[in-house]
Amino acid sequence: MEKISTNPVVSSDSQILSKVNRRYFLRSAGVAAATGAFILGACTEKDLAGDDTVDLGTGDVGILNYAYALEQLEAAFYIQVMTTPYLNMTDAEKWALTDIRDHEIIHREFFKKALGDSAIKGLTPNFASIDFQDRMSVLKSAMLFEDTGVSAYNGAGKLLKDVNYLLVAGKIVSVEARHAAIIADLINPNALEFANGQINEMGLDRAYSPSVILPMVQPFVMNKISGNLLPR
Amino acid sequence: MNIFKILDDLQKVDGDAIGRIDHATRRMFMNRIGSTLAAAAVPTVFASIVNKAYAASATPIEVLNFALTLEYLEETFYFQANRTPGLIPGMYSLVFSQIEKHERQHVEFLQGALGAAAVKRLNYDFTAGGKFPTMTDFPTFVTVSAAFEDTGVRAYKGQAGNLISTPQLLEYALQVHSVEARHAAIARKILGTLTSNPMMKGWITEDKPVNPAVAPIYAGEGNTTHLGIDAATLAGIGSITRATVTESFDEPLEMADVLKIAGPFIVGPK
Repeated sequence: MEKISTNPVVSSDSQILSKVNRRYFLRSAGVAAATGAFILGACTEKDLAGDDTVDLGTGDVGILNYAYALEQLEAAFYIQVMTTPYLNMTDAEKWALTDIRDHEIIHREFFKKALGDSAIKGLTPNFASIDFQDRMSVLKSAMLFEDTGVSAYNGAGKLLKDVNYLLVAGKIVSVEARHAAIIADLINPNALEFANGQINEMGLDRAYSPSVILPMVQPFVMNKISGNLLPR
Repeated sequence: MNIFKILDDLQKVDGDAIGRIDHATRRMFMNRIGSTLAAAAVPTVFASIVNKAYAASATPIEVLNFALTLEYLEETFYFQANRTPGLIPGMYSLVFSQIEKHERQHVEFLQGALGAAAVKRLNYDFTAGGKFPTMTDFPTFVTVSAAFEDTGVRAYKGQAGNLISTPQLLEYALQVHSVEARHAAIARKILGTLTSNPMMKGWITEDKPVNPAVAPIYAGEGNTTHLGIDAATLAGIGSITRATVTESFDEPLEMADVLKIAGPFIVGPK
């Protein structure tokens, strides 16, 4: 599976590199099978989680990696949307989707930098279920991603221990909620959808734990994402 | 308005309210009230007193009452607007009745959570002393709506840290926070349409106000540094502009600053 994203802004070098490294590693491993103990000793726990399993890790770092994974996915989605725009995309749609793409790239790069050596690798998206040439397929997928992002951040807030991380999550989640409302409004202008199905009878938006979110997100990622060690 | 009644009300929900207010400040305040201070300035003075009193980190009850104070303001605003004939064009009535419904749900939710500790509804002047004809001019109404919602987003965000030791309350607050952000985005979009301004987006660019008259609401929104990282200088964002970086993070606002913003719309106790 080749990476779908053709981000003009950000190179996908790190993903290619990780693929090459993995192949190289496996080949080396075959050659050096006799010294297996040595090679295993050189593996980190992440490597041992399985060929293509990405483990988000533990504690606050795990939650930040969880956010980083979601932002990677969102960024890749909007990069694809604007690389192969659907027919007759209006100016208003173009402006909104370009802005949102850029916001998600910024979020992705921010988490990558904040996580440093603890960051998970670049994920390989799987958008096979989305028809990028179809306006409704794109906008409904966008709304799904934004609503999922909002409910994921809302549910992750209480899992964070560091108040500074909580504040950053708060700074981002309201931007995701703004995106959700604007996307909904592109689908059906000045209707209830900007804040309706997602809101319960107490006027509260959704809040889902990683154990609910990750299975929803998994179909859109080639790698297997594991949140088994995340705080609950 | 009777400022002493408000202090009494505060005292009821927060037994130490008077104690918190620095004695000298209170005496100075009373002297000023006794002077020729214009009545219109009183809410601002009140806000500045409350600011001093609540400058330190707030307890969960204080946070919820602070939230309830804002939700009362918003709910009453939409309640009046939605019942003012001729104000809201039919094509926008769904949006604003939906927002009113949520604000009422938030009021009821917070009242339920606080029980007897809940602060009371106040009297409001949504023209802020004649400054904003919100109930007679639709664009002004939408401007103040966007300003209130953007303030609400900042207010809840600013209190999240004070709820970190009460996880369930924190989660509820976050769940309200994102609803306010949805409201803000749609109000901003409608305002952009009314003013034919494509630069008025659902998100906040730099610290640009929805109207110069409400500029303080957006103070600090131009920040790009988070966790000590200047997001505008991240190599991976390529040619994305600093302005776009400011859009991608919303900023919190302290309780004191929020009350300063709400003050001009609050006349006093019922």
